[in-house]
Amino acid sequence: MAFNSVVLIKQVPDTKNITGQAMLDDGTVNRAALPAIFNPEDRNALEAALSLRDRCGGTVTVLTMGPPSACNILRDSLFRGADRVILLTDLRAAASDTLATSYILSLAVSQLPDVHLIFCGRQAIDGDTAQVGPQLAEKLNLPQVTYVEELIEASDSTLTLRRNLGDGYEVVKAPLPLLMTIVGTANTPRPPAARRMLKYKRARGKTELLKEAADKFGKDATDEIETYVQQRSEDLSAKGLLIEQWDLDTVKADVTRCGRSGSATKVHRIQSVILTGTEHKRVEPTAQAIGDLVHELIEDHTIG
Amino acid sequence: MANFLTDNPDILFHLEHTDLARIADCLEDSYADAEKFDYAPANAAEAIEDYKRVLNVVGELAGDFIDPRAEDIDRTGNRIENNRVVRPPGMDENLTALAQADLMGFTLPRKYGGLNFPSLIYTMATEIVSRADAALMNIFGLQGIAETINAFADDQIKDEYLPKFCEGQVTGAMVLTEPDAGSDLQAIKLKATQDDDGQWLLNGVKRFITNGCGEVLLVLARSEPDRAGGLGLSLFICNFADGVKIRRLEDKLGIHGSPTCELQFDDVPARIIGERQRGLVTYVMALMNGARIGIAAQSLGIAQAAYQAARAYAASRRQFEVAIEKLPAVADMLAKMNMDIQAARALTYDASFHVDLENSLLKKLELPDKPQDKALFKQMRQDARKLKRLNALLTPMAKYICSEMCNRIAYDALQILGGSGYMRDYPVERYYRDARITTIYEGTSQLQIVAAVRGVASGTAQKSFDAFAQREYHGDLAPLAQKLATVLPTFAQATTFVKEQGTEYMDLHGRQIVDAATDIYMAYLLLNQARHSREKLTVADRCILEVLPRVKYNCELITSGDRTSLECFDTLAGPVPTE
Repeated sequence: MAFNSVVLIKQVPDTKNITGQAMLDDGTVNRAALPAIFNPEDRNALEAALSLRDRCGGTVTVLTMGPPSACNILRDSLFRGADRVILLTDLRAAASDTLATSYILSLAVSQLPDVHLIFCGRQAIDGDTAQVGPQLAEKLNLPQVTYVEELIEASDSTLTLRRNLGDGYEVVKAPLPLLMTIVGTANTPRPPAARRMLKYKRARGKTELLKEAADKFGKDATDEIETYVQQRSEDLSAKGLLIEQWDLDTVKADVTRCGRSGSATKVHRIQSVILTGTEHKRVEPTAQAIGDLVHELIEDHTIG
Repeated sequence: MANFLTDNPDILFHLEHTDLARIADCLEDSYADAEKFDYAPANAAEAIEDYKRVLNVVGELAGDFIDPRAEDIDRTGNRIENNRVVRPPGMDENLTALAQADLMGFTLPRKYGGLNFPSLIYTMATEIVSRADAALMNIFGLQGIAETINAFADDQIKDEYLPKFCEGQVTGAMVLTEPDAGSDLQAIKLKATQDDDGQWLLNGVKRFITNGCGEVLLVLARSEPDRAGGLGLSLFICNFADGVKIRRLEDKLGIHGSPTCELQFDDVPARIIGERQRGLVTYVMALMNGARIGIAAQSLGIAQAAYQAARAYAASRRQFEVAIEKLPAVADMLAKMNMDIQAARALTYDASFHVDLENSLLKKLELPDKPQDKALFKQMRQDARKLKRLNALLTPMAKYICSEMCNRIAYDALQILGGSGYMRDYPVERYYRDARITTIYEGTSQLQIVAAVRGVASGTAQKSFDAFAQREYHGDLAPLAQKLATVLPTFAQATTFVKEQGTEYMDLHGRQIVDAATDIYMAYLLLNQARHSREKLTVADRCILEVLPRVKYNCELITSGDRTSLECFDTLAGPVPTE
């Protein structure tokens, strides 16, 4: 049986490489100082979908909601083997919380025909909520299996999956269509394929073309920009290199349920944490302190 | 997130300052492939960008994926089960990842699914992969097998095998060595005979075959039973699955991830590559030249890995209340190690660059429709001959210098780690073991010297020095160039002296001659790198400081006329030990 899969991915600031400038004085994230990356567990979700396709056939469609620069992770998905990629970008969707995001994504997924499987990363490293996947399943009225670590068996109508529960595992069988959230230990994402990379490096989304044209002709040269974008879009489209771009109208969203107005989350307080790490640590010469140190070293894999 | 390309400023320096556009132009032939293949570049700028993109993938794969698996692969090794080699799991994962990344047809034409990349970029990739796992290089770095098929086999064989190589569905082996034919391949005995239907059949034994369990075997065999020597040999292609038996798997000092097989052929069907009798003299020679650059790159990778480990350790290990890098003896070792790696890398990449120029010129000369302009055609032929002579010098030089250098670096790296380095807790003992084979296989150092010394005696080395010396050196470079030029007459004199003494004397002092020539050549390469950066000026300055007395020392030995190693052999070497 061949499966049509949709993978939902997100571009996030790289919180792993935090430097002193990661936060602005007002306590908000300094996005300029942090490189934007493919959310790590979304890469595992993509890999899970691709390897299932390699095994059983079918298609892999990758969808992301975000700013035009999210085309970067869509290109990356194409390099690694995605069949179709879609950018959902709309200023009216900015500042959406998990409620609004899952609403918009549920409409987007509904636009795609014959979807058997939806793959999400467990959570994104910027918000760490792990809510979008589950909320999306609820809105689509689909069964969901979270914390998936292994796809054990696939049949026409069910998947057998192993969930990693942190303190153990659980094997479940779930009916299709189905939404899964994938954990980072599920697999090692494949490298980009050189030939696909050299082809799809040229893939562009419409907003990127607009920026390209504005840089070339100046912002006010509207006629030139229009002609240029039109021409480039046609050229790219003929070669299968135009990244599909959707907005809230494409998915017929109620704009009051999107963006800030559609978000129920209220920020209560922001704390600016100053990292003050030093190179050494004093350990008291007691059995307890030594025991704690050993435990800590095992935890961070320094020993053991 | 380790990336073995982006964390290596010297490779990046080469990418920035090598005339890649020139080799891209040569290789892409007016960029005609852009019309036919959606991944082909349309111009030199795009081709260069593509090289960098792909190398970046190689760097990431090496740092994040291959390197973490190397220790387990080394400890587990290969084993035989039912005539099949069972690889360590990490090795299978590595090969899958390399295939997924489309990296197994690096230099092959696009019509077979290859990337059509220059050998220089492939050399860089080989170095990067080897730094992560030297044993993996013995499969990744065997792409010369497919190149040999591409260069010399008929279309039917090419169409059948090359797409499979590009997809990573098959790996290959160069099946040359026999128990009595190691360095002396002319002594090969494995028989190739034709049955009544004209089908070639192979019979005999091959030994020390790297990846002998590979699906596709290129076998050098005696097709002319009455003809001794190299002209009795032809090159064949056969499938491992068609009856090749693995007699044993060698238990080696290093490169444990690379299976080394003894193979038995009993009536194994095979097809001939190209023409009869050209097996050794043309095809294997071409294959070996590529493989030698490959080993040079592997050596650079191991050296880089060992150096990085030593550099990091020396910065963090404290003795006498300081980091040991502050101790003069250790500081000097580290400075010299990094300088030696840079010099050897410059030589290897320079050799690869010239191989690319030669190959693309040869391809053009072989085109059916010769250029109309006769003068141009003649010029191209002349250039090709010149490049051939230069490469016949640079290739063995690079293999010899890099492999010897990598053993020194691994030795010194282990020394810097001290007792810890001797333990298996650190990867340096693995680098030390892996390094050892590099001076032996694909032609020993002694054979590389024999090959290179001919190029020195013929005047090729001198000509390239003259060309270097005639360039303009301004500012801080001028005094360095002047200093370096002072040894040129000394070297010329030594070369003349050697030629007068005959072949035996030349081979006796081969090492000194080749060392002197390589020292000068590498010093000129570093001096020219110094045009682009202050750091490189410091490197060149220090290198020339060491090169001058070393060249003089070697030349003095060469012109001494000393033959005592031969004439007083019994006295100097003493008697053969008895039981």
